[in-house]
Amino acid sequence: MAQIQVENLSKSYRIAARDPGLAGAVRGLFHRRTREIAALSDVSFSLERGELLGFIGPNGAGKSTTIKILSGILRPSSGRCEVDGRVPWEQRIAHVARIGVVFGQRTQLWWDLPIIESFELLRDIYRVDGAKFGRTKDRLVEMLKIAPLLDTPLRQLSLGQRMRCEIAAALLHSPSILFLDEPTIGLDAVSKLALRDFVKDLNRAEGVTVILTTHDMHDIEALARRVIIIGNGRLLRDSSFESMRNEVLGERRLIVDFATDVGEVAVEGASIRARDGRTIEFAFDPARTAAHTLIANIARAHDVVDIRVDDPKIEEVIARFYTLHGAVES
Amino acid sequence: MNGFALYWRFIAVSVRSQMLYPTAFVLRFSSQFFVTIIEFGGVWVLFARFGHVRGWTFAQVALFYAIASIAFAIADGLSRGFDTVGPLFIKTGNFDRILLRPRSSALQITGQDFALTSAGRLVQGLAAFAVAIDLLKPDWGVAEFMLLAWAVAGGASLFISLKMLEGVLAFWTTEALEVANTLTYGGEAAAQYPLDIYTAWFRKLMTYFVPIGCSLYFPVALVLGHDAPGVPPWLAVLAPATGFAFLGVAAAVWRLGIRYYTSTGS
Repeated sequence: MAQIQVENLSKSYRIAARDPGLAGAVRGLFHRRTREIAALSDVSFSLERGELLGFIGPNGAGKSTTIKILSGILRPSSGRCEVDGRVPWEQRIAHVARIGVVFGQRTQLWWDLPIIESFELLRDIYRVDGAKFGRTKDRLVEMLKIAPLLDTPLRQLSLGQRMRCEIAAALLHSPSILFLDEPTIGLDAVSKLALRDFVKDLNRAEGVTVILTTHDMHDIEALARRVIIIGNGRLLRDSSFESMRNEVLGERRLIVDFATDVGEVAVEGASIRARDGRTIEFAFDPARTAAHTLIANIARAHDVVDIRVDDPKIEEVIARFYTLHGAVES
Repeated sequence: MNGFALYWRFIAVSVRSQMLYPTAFVLRFSSQFFVTIIEFGGVWVLFARFGHVRGWTFAQVALFYAIASIAFAIADGLSRGFDTVGPLFIKTGNFDRILLRPRSSALQITGQDFALTSAGRLVQGLAAFAVAIDLLKPDWGVAEFMLLAWAVAGGASLFISLKMLEGVLAFWTTEALEVANTLTYGGEAAAQYPLDIYTAWFRKLMTYFVPIGCSLYFPVALVLGHDAPGVPPWLAVLAPATGFAFLGVAAAVWRLGIRYYTSTGS
């Protein structure tokens, strides 16, 4: 049976509508008008033990709402959800003991405490047996290379160091599911790579199910074999990363800085997307035309200062996906 | 690790964190001590002028004052965290983290913010108690001291419950703290004087609705040999138990608050 089973999950919030201005605020004291906002409508999917799922979508799409419901801290308006046979929000205490959650923008460690003491506090909170804790901690410390940080208070760590400690903290009680909510936000390139390697290892070697939300397409590309795209509270796509990339990222960009003013440039296999002075942005399909062929053709015909190949940004990808799926952002 | 042990673990951590900033601690400790001791001085001035109030002497009122202060200081120290539910947990979203841990949310909230500075108020309460004993020169036995300790326990439970209810308000509104403060701090101020000096409706309020009278006034009056009308001694001895019952009520309301929070997620 699937480890995570989600069926027709919906969540709507009731928010107070208030007229503008002081008069509106005063009126609001007596007549509370509310309106319903649908944060999630009719989302269904299931996840097997040991899968690594990328969860993407723009801000306000319903990612956090889904994660909160799955982690047991939010009740849906309707629909069913079971994780390891438990309804997360009904059996919250038992449920949260078996999951780990990392928020990229929030900490679960204690600000003034040396990292090791935060870890020991978490050991007591999660009732981890002393010997088992020692083994898990030693392994995580080694894998995440945080041995030199253990005696430092959290407040003195850099963002990258902090995130490695956060991840260790979320795994000290050996959860069977790890939720990572924008774990690479604000990290430098080296830290991002190290973090991705660690998550991949954890998933492959230890079979921990991972659900990852991110705005960084490279996180998804490096980690997730399966991707769910969510927009306006609806599930737009649930497929392998490869097939999604072919559909959405099928188009790549070639940005060329020409040395001279060029008029009409006709390049076989590419179309002009945008131009800004001597810089022209071409779009091409790498499945049909290889980038190096394109570059060679352009360089042969024109005097070129610089050429670079780019992927469309995730916002663009999502926007295009919306258009493709007829979902309009509210 | 059981809940009680974990709570002390939290408190030890909180105390260590506060000790990282010793000057701030000393300042807040002494301000708590001096503000409350000046307040007690005010009571003395009042009695120096009028001699007694409704048949109560300064020494007797000092005992009420001391027991209420000690009970409140203990409650404030243990449950100050409830004051921060709104600003530190709900507004910031950190309450999610509390719910993501397999432990009682009330325990985590109170444990993470142990108000060491309320020791200042405790010292003042103990000083008032010393003054009361010195003036009364009572011939109490073990039973009387035990009854006073029992009153402190009941009173502290009651004040903790009030703080908890105050904290739970933050699930619905983040602006209600000031109103709620009138209950806790106002309750303490009211309990520092014998209940029968107040007007009838207020006495009833303090007996049946917010049972501060039950936890503090009845047992202390009994120890002082003042029978409260209509309250037989056995009832006065049992009365502080209402403080613990009130704690049960507050805990139930807290659970409702959690349920509301997990439905709205904000």
